[in-house]
Amino acid sequence: MARAVSPRRYWITTLAAWGVSLLIFFPVLWMILTSFKTEASAVASPPQLFTAEWTTQNYADVWARSDYPRFFWNSVVISVGSTLLGLAVAIPAAWSMAFVPGKKTKDLLMWMLSTKMMPGVAVLIPLYLLFQRTGLFDTKIGLVLALMLMNLPIIVWMLYTYFKEIPSEILEAARMDGASLWKEVVYVLTPMAVPGIASTLLLNVILAWNEAFWTITLTTTKAAPLSAFIASFSAPQGLFYAKLSAASTMAIAPILILGWFSQKQLVRGLTFGAVK
Amino acid sequence: MSTQSNRAAARLMVAPSVILLFIWMIVPLAMTLYFSFRLYRLLSPERTGWVGFANYTWFIKSPDFWLAIFNTLALVGGVLIITVVLGTLIALLIDQPVKGQGILRILVIAPFFVMPPVAASIWKNLFMHPQNGLFASVSRAFGADPILYLENHPMLSVIGIVSWEWLPFATLILLTAMQSLSSEQLEAAEMDGATPFARFRYIILPHLTRAITVVVLIETIFLLGIFGEIFTTTQGGPGSASTTLPYMIFKQAIAAKDIGRAAAGGIIAVILANIVAVFLMRGIGRNLDA
Repeated sequence: MARAVSPRRYWITTLAAWGVSLLIFFPVLWMILTSFKTEASAVASPPQLFTAEWTTQNYADVWARSDYPRFFWNSVVISVGSTLLGLAVAIPAAWSMAFVPGKKTKDLLMWMLSTKMMPGVAVLIPLYLLFQRTGLFDTKIGLVLALMLMNLPIIVWMLYTYFKEIPSEILEAARMDGASLWKEVVYVLTPMAVPGIASTLLLNVILAWNEAFWTITLTTTKAAPLSAFIASFSAPQGLFYAKLSAASTMAIAPILILGWFSQKQLVRGLTFGAVK
Repeated sequence: MSTQSNRAAARLMVAPSVILLFIWMIVPLAMTLYFSFRLYRLLSPERTGWVGFANYTWFIKSPDFWLAIFNTLALVGGVLIITVVLGTLIALLIDQPVKGQGILRILVIAPFFVMPPVAASIWKNLFMHPQNGLFASVSRAFGADPILYLENHPMLSVIGIVSWEWLPFATLILLTAMQSLSSEQLEAAEMDGATPFARFRYIILPHLTRAITVVVLIETIFLLGIFGEIFTTTQGGPGSASTTLPYMIFKQAIAAKDIGRAAAGGIIAVILANIVAVFLMRGIGRNLDA
């Protein structure tokens, strides 16, 4: 909606938009600034937006105190693994829902979403016991499976909304040319759906990375990702604001950077078919 | 176009998703249902047996129960209202021709990338802490006593934190929807003398219906199970002032180690989720020709 407006109005709206956006961003900015302060200046009163003595000591301390690379690697494996596995299961499902819809397709989709409405806490004990007995507890495989199933409804829905926008005439043409169902999916549909699949992948990696209930309750040490790393820092051990901020920044930095760089794809993917 | 074999193949392709989700749903649910009728306390494992509806009656008669239901609904409703209203306003603002729109989007989306334990501990310590928090400093600068956010207004504080986490999601979906609105329609309305409010009410808002539906649906799914933010900030207190249904179940399972009662609470939570789902589908489902 690029419309011509008067210069005065342009600058007023610019000012207002920047003010609001900075306000929303401020907690993240404040956390990052605090992570580079000394503990004393982090709690100084009145608060210092900038400090005279910037330091990276907090990061060195956090790094020395805990095995960050292991937590980081677990986060990567769990979030990427669960998303890829989820895509492998969801792509065929979304394909058939979009192109061979039945009477019950919409109900099926809503049922899938409704499985996500079950509060995690409600089924914590059964899942905990199941994971213990099957040897999945505190393993990366276990968390990959759990998060895959948790995000599967979202993945199916997102892909479904993308696939529906692909004109079915193209598929019919492929079929006329004698393409098998499998070839149709691999050579015709998938290339056209790559942008949609990329957005789905991004959003679900972020959701899995930020998941902090199952990743904390179903792990102890071996498979614990960054959500557990940060939980160990907020445990009562005296308040060290600068170190807490450094650990927090380390936990969110990878996904923040990924998200910022892929922002365009992500935003396009976030619509869930809300935009026609 | 779809032949018989095609249909069969299509069903086969949906099957893995449906079967996996069904198992994922039904096994824990069946176990929870079983436990909910059993005496099952980790502190006295030798006493077992069927107890009928005793776990359920204990849960429902517990003094915290209705407060927990109220808090759960207040959290879902409060966050929905705040994120949809503020999200719409912010999207309207950013959608105007402004300088640096790209950077603005990067700033606004940031909270979405912050994992809940980090968000909760940042707000709790760096902002709401009564001595060292930034809010306390601001209060002191104005000569006022620091507000004890988490102690005196625990539910409002939690709603505020969760709203901050979900605001980017609502804003971005609404912004994308607004940008798909053709500007000719708005310009025509403007030339016909429609006020800005009338343009919003009769052109923009109807265009946003579908986007708002999606925001409400997705957020409700995630908000019904909110747990980590309360665990990190208030621990359900003070007393049980900020105890929600998920938190009440957690207290039974982990603190009281009474699996039977926790399971009964779990089934009640599932029923509540289903009631909310039915209302959602009735109310807004028709906006979504999925």
